[in-house]
Amino acid sequence: MEKISGRVIQIYGNLVSFLRKCIFCVLSAGSVPNHIAFIMDGNRRFAKRLNLMDGAGHKVGYSALMSMLRYCYEFGVRYVTIYAFSIDNFKRSPEEVQSLMDLMLEKIEGLIKEESIVNHYGVRVYFSGNLKLLSEPVRLAAERAMLATAKNSKAVLSICVAYTSTNEIVHAVQESCEEKWDEITVLNSSGAGYGLISLGGNGQDEGDHLIKLTDIEKHMYMAVAPDPDIIIRTSGETRLSNFLLWQSAHCYLYSPQ
Amino acid sequence: MDFKKEVRIVCGWIAYFGDLLLRLLWHLVHVIISLFYFTLGIANALESYLISWGVLKRYRSLHVNKLRYLAIVVESEEAYETSKIIALLQWLADIGVKHVCLYDMEGILKKSKDFILAKVDGAVLYGETHENNKLLDQTHMTLEFASFCDGKEAVAKAANVLFMKYVKSGATDQNQKGHIFTESQMSEALKTIGSGGPEPDLLLVYGPARCHLGFPAWRIRYTEIVHMGPLKSMKYGSLIKAIHKFTRVQQNYGK
Repeated sequence: MEKISGRVIQIYGNLVSFLRKCIFCVLSAGSVPNHIAFIMDGNRRFAKRLNLMDGAGHKVGYSALMSMLRYCYEFGVRYVTIYAFSIDNFKRSPEEVQSLMDLMLEKIEGLIKEESIVNHYGVRVYFSGNLKLLSEPVRLAAERAMLATAKNSKAVLSICVAYTSTNEIVHAVQESCEEKWDEITVLNSSGAGYGLISLGGNGQDEGDHLIKLTDIEKHMYMAVAPDPDIIIRTSGETRLSNFLLWQSAHCYLYSPQ
Repeated sequence: MDFKKEVRIVCGWIAYFGDLLLRLLWHLVHVIISLFYFTLGIANALESYLISWGVLKRYRSLHVNKLRYLAIVVESEEAYETSKIIALLQWLADIGVKHVCLYDMEGILKKSKDFILAKVDGAVLYGETHENNKLLDQTHMTLEFASFCDGKEAVAKAANVLFMKYVKSGATDQNQKGHIFTESQMSEALKTIGSGGPEPDLLLVYGPARCHLGFPAWRIRYTEIVHMGPLKSMKYGSLIKAIHKFTRVQQNYGK
């Protein structure tokens, strides 16, 4: 009896998979987005609605995410970005933050394994955000995962942890200032600085053009991927919650219910 | 040799017809989805007429006080239709919205600023109210005009302001490296260069797609973004519905 039901499930699974591949085939005749970003929202509401335990919503959300990633890479989307953990989420109760960190650690370790989805599709993983805010084990695991997948080149997965757009912008400005300062110091010491360091009275005019937009953009955490084509927020909320605000100028925002 | 050539030609034809079939199927899917959205559009249009005639009870009372700052993003091509913009602003004034920011990428609305301010009753430029009597806020609607240069380019200018402070703080190399800029310093810098407007609670997009078209990134962290369709088919009922939906939103701000 169990064998028959197992067989039926397998046939059903194969049929669904075949139909999905057909749909992807048809859709590929049109334009395929290069970069899709996901805001994974509504896990706690989902768990509450189904009366699940605390933390169960996130586990279900994670398996839904894995399926989505598989479909994206099958479809031929080269860059996928996910909003895993915001700096604002640190405001939650310490127990909840700890359980989320534990879940993240477990899943990052899973990514490094040979048979994981990232190695199957040749995906290079980046962790974008202020990683210094994470606990040591999570940060080290993230760095290990980035190193382990560094040779993959078919697709890119950017996982935004400890990330907010405003923090990213300030960090990029900070890095640009430090880089510019280093450049000027080097120029000055070799005598070619033309006194740029002593910007006093005339400082305003020269200062206006020292740091350019391109300098800031190259120091963004998300400089590893082009601007997204679509941002999908699950749960139907219509805000971006400090995610990719800089990169979404020409991006289609989609919030299905 | 001929047989291999024949096989190659047949494969070529199969690939060609296969590709044609896929394109046909794609267009079929496109037609079905377009029909779906067309029907949805008609239903929404009907609902907006019912709302403006006051038939739907739910929308009769609007807690507009929850909406402290509203932003309107318009596609630059449609921004030339100043009469539509003025009509929209008049609707907003009637609803009771006090502070509006008008944005279009190329700055066309900025160019028609004086014309718009003259035509809309009781509108004043944002920034002027701060110098004048605060009581003016009660009866007047403040209008702010923004464009792409108030977004990314303003951040670049603010970066230069911060860099000047960084240099002028005059410390040695070791001290400079430890200096960390904060978000509040960035906000201050943006204010100094004149791009430090408040964060809108709600952003209405009048254009072909739901996209904020480069509205200053620093200001839309928690802004609800709603797509209203093209400006030429704007409806009073849709405006009421969007504002009503906004007043019922609950935000956790990440908590």
